[in-house]
Amino acid sequence: MDSGLSPQDKKDLDKFIKFFALKTVQVIVQARLGEKICTRSSSSPTGSDWFNLAIKDIPEVTHEAKKALAGQLPGIGRSMCVEISLKTSEGDSMELETWCLEMNEKCDKDIKVSYTVYNRLSVLLKSLLAITRVTPAYKLSRKQGHDYVILYRIYFGEVQLSGLGEGFQTVRAGVVGTPVGTVTLSCAYRTNLAFMSNRQFERSAPIMGIIVDHFVDPPGSGPRTANMGHPCNYRAPDDDDGGPYAGVQDSQEVCTTSFSTSPPSQGLHAGKEHGGVASNPAQPAHGADAHLAAENVANTPGENGGRRRDEQPSPSDPLESLNAFTRKIGAFVNKPNIQTAAGLDLPFAAFAPRGLDSEDSDPMVQPPDSPTCPSPLQASLHSQDSEGSGPQDDFVMVDFRPAFSKDDLLPMDLGTFYREFQNPPQLASLSLHISSQSMADDLDSLPEKLAVYEKNIDEFDAFVDMLQ
Amino acid sequence: MWHKLPRPSAEVNKVYLRHPTRASCFTAAINTGLQLSPVNGNTSNFAMNCRSEVLEVTVEARQVEEAMLALLHTILLHRSSGKFHYKKEGTYSIGTVGTLDIDCDFIDFTFVRVSSEELDRVIRKAVSEFKDALSNSGSDGMGQISLEFYQKKKSRWPFSDECIPWEVWSIKVNVVNLANEQERQICREKVGEKLGEKVINVVEVINRHEYLPKMPTQSEVDNVFDTSLKDVQPYLYKITYQITDSLGTSVSTTMRRLIKDTLAL
Repeated sequence: MDSGLSPQDKKDLDKFIKFFALKTVQVIVQARLGEKICTRSSSSPTGSDWFNLAIKDIPEVTHEAKKALAGQLPGIGRSMCVEISLKTSEGDSMELETWCLEMNEKCDKDIKVSYTVYNRLSVLLKSLLAITRVTPAYKLSRKQGHDYVILYRIYFGEVQLSGLGEGFQTVRAGVVGTPVGTVTLSCAYRTNLAFMSNRQFERSAPIMGIIVDHFVDPPGSGPRTANMGHPCNYRAPDDDDGGPYAGVQDSQEVCTTSFSTSPPSQGLHAGKEHGGVASNPAQPAHGADAHLAAENVANTPGENGGRRRDEQPSPSDPLESLNAFTRKIGAFVNKPNIQTAAGLDLPFAAFAPRGLDSEDSDPMVQPPDSPTCPSPLQASLHSQDSEGSGPQDDFVMVDFRPAFSKDDLLPMDLGTFYREFQNPPQLASLSLHISSQSMADDLDSLPEKLAVYEKNIDEFDAFVDMLQ
Repeated sequence: MWHKLPRPSAEVNKVYLRHPTRASCFTAAINTGLQLSPVNGNTSNFAMNCRSEVLEVTVEARQVEEAMLALLHTILLHRSSGKFHYKKEGTYSIGTVGTLDIDCDFIDFTFVRVSSEELDRVIRKAVSEFKDALSNSGSDGMGQISLEFYQKKKSRWPFSDECIPWEVWSIKVNVVNLANEQERQICREKVGEKLGEKVINVVEVINRHEYLPKMPTQSEVDNVFDTSLKDVQPYLYKITYQITDSLGTSVSTTMRRLIKDTLAL
């Protein structure tokens, strides 16, 4: 029994820990919704913002959290965990991270509950806000959409980290000592995302019968089969109906909004006022759909394949126009004017297509924003590959259509073209046996040429003037 | 010169004990009610109880601004409170702090900052000056920006107020030039990861819950907090920067006080 803790302090501490747990869950789930969070500062306290932070309450999430807690509080041996997992559109899923709110036995008896503990819990929530944007799952969750979604699951009791694969890492958001124990908030996250890269390019040919270890439930996790988790997306409730959980409000939960300044000579505070009215707001203001409409591809932070390199190398100008007129138009090329290749002064005009397709069927185009690429071949390769990728994507999903593979340009394959390109025939004007002849011819014809030029001298002068 | 020290609370005593070499003169000062203050007004000599943390990042020129904003805002998020509203009987209530996610354009990173446009403007201005100084310096791109949290100690006439820092964050920046787009892409991701590590470092330090100024009374609030902003109330802070030349000495030390008042003697 805590001899030093007054009943009022104990009651306050329990309330703080309970609401801290609820707010922790809100922060974590909201950070995995896939959209940027924005809340406003308010200089006048409203009485419903716990820990002096504007954290909206998504009703479903609060409901789930309360269901998991079932009236208990995180305590020694009873941790509250939020598990974040990823589920692809084919039904494969993988645990990404587990956030744990734990309590250990180390007590800090001297600490002031309603003041120091409250403020430190507030700082810990801020740290949680910062840390949730740093773990790898954040980037994945920002890109969720058609290919995969992020799910969350809240459970209470023993921490289960077995689903995170080998080599998972842990990061700690912080600790707060209280008279009944020390609250610790940490995250264990998966580092081995190998399953993602293997499955990336198998979209068109689903493989049946693959057994991957993550999908097989480990023996101890009964609830998992029943409930893989809830999607981390939030839809605003209809205006006239507050959603299924609108009724879940705790009219008796008041958050402390007043503090007293301690007079310099005493360490104890004189008294406390309780702030205004209770309840957590039922409807968060932002109800944006968490799914991104555009096609997005899963990001693999650990993957370091060659595809990462093809962001947007911008070819030099003639090549840009060349690429603009190839049939397979790259994602980063602007909509070209429809012209015939012959009308342009292209160095490789012979290779320009005869027919031109409209660009309407092509995926989103983006302007190139980087200097020249090493070779025209590489540029055309890159131009084929960037379907639907934004500047931030590390990974692109392509229908692989290599240059020159179809016969609308030339009936040859890539290798042949490359070899020919590498070993072009000697230019006629540069071949040796002709050059000596032409030299003699040139010298002979020189007087004639000079005469012609002198005759046209006015033209040349006019040309020079025009240039100046 | 002798100035009045605050009356020690339990926390302040703990801090003093960390410096055994100087503990004796300080405890003597406390016992006799005398105070110490540097003669030349340079408070940093006596910042013995001041916590100092150094973060180091290597970035491309175009990433300097966002990297600095990310780290400074992360620190300020933890060191800002809602606005205090004092009521009678010595109680006060605290306003609410909102937060905002900011995506970086040149770095694969998202950071959280306090939802206050005024504060953001001030920080952006400081970072922008630092960035300009860094690019104009002609050195090999090394500099340091410091965020210092301090308390003001009012002193009697004719001595002006003193600024006593209690936490200093120094961010050392190393600017590199990259040759091609591939390297830039790698750098984008690597710097994003590095910034993530720095954020974790910041959070670790802050969550040690070491010395923080005592919550002030209404008359003292301006000595601890910056109350000039409308929506949030960070601890009193100042941002300064230095650019180092290739010899490693600080050539142009530009001290900019972004908080009004306080001149050191």
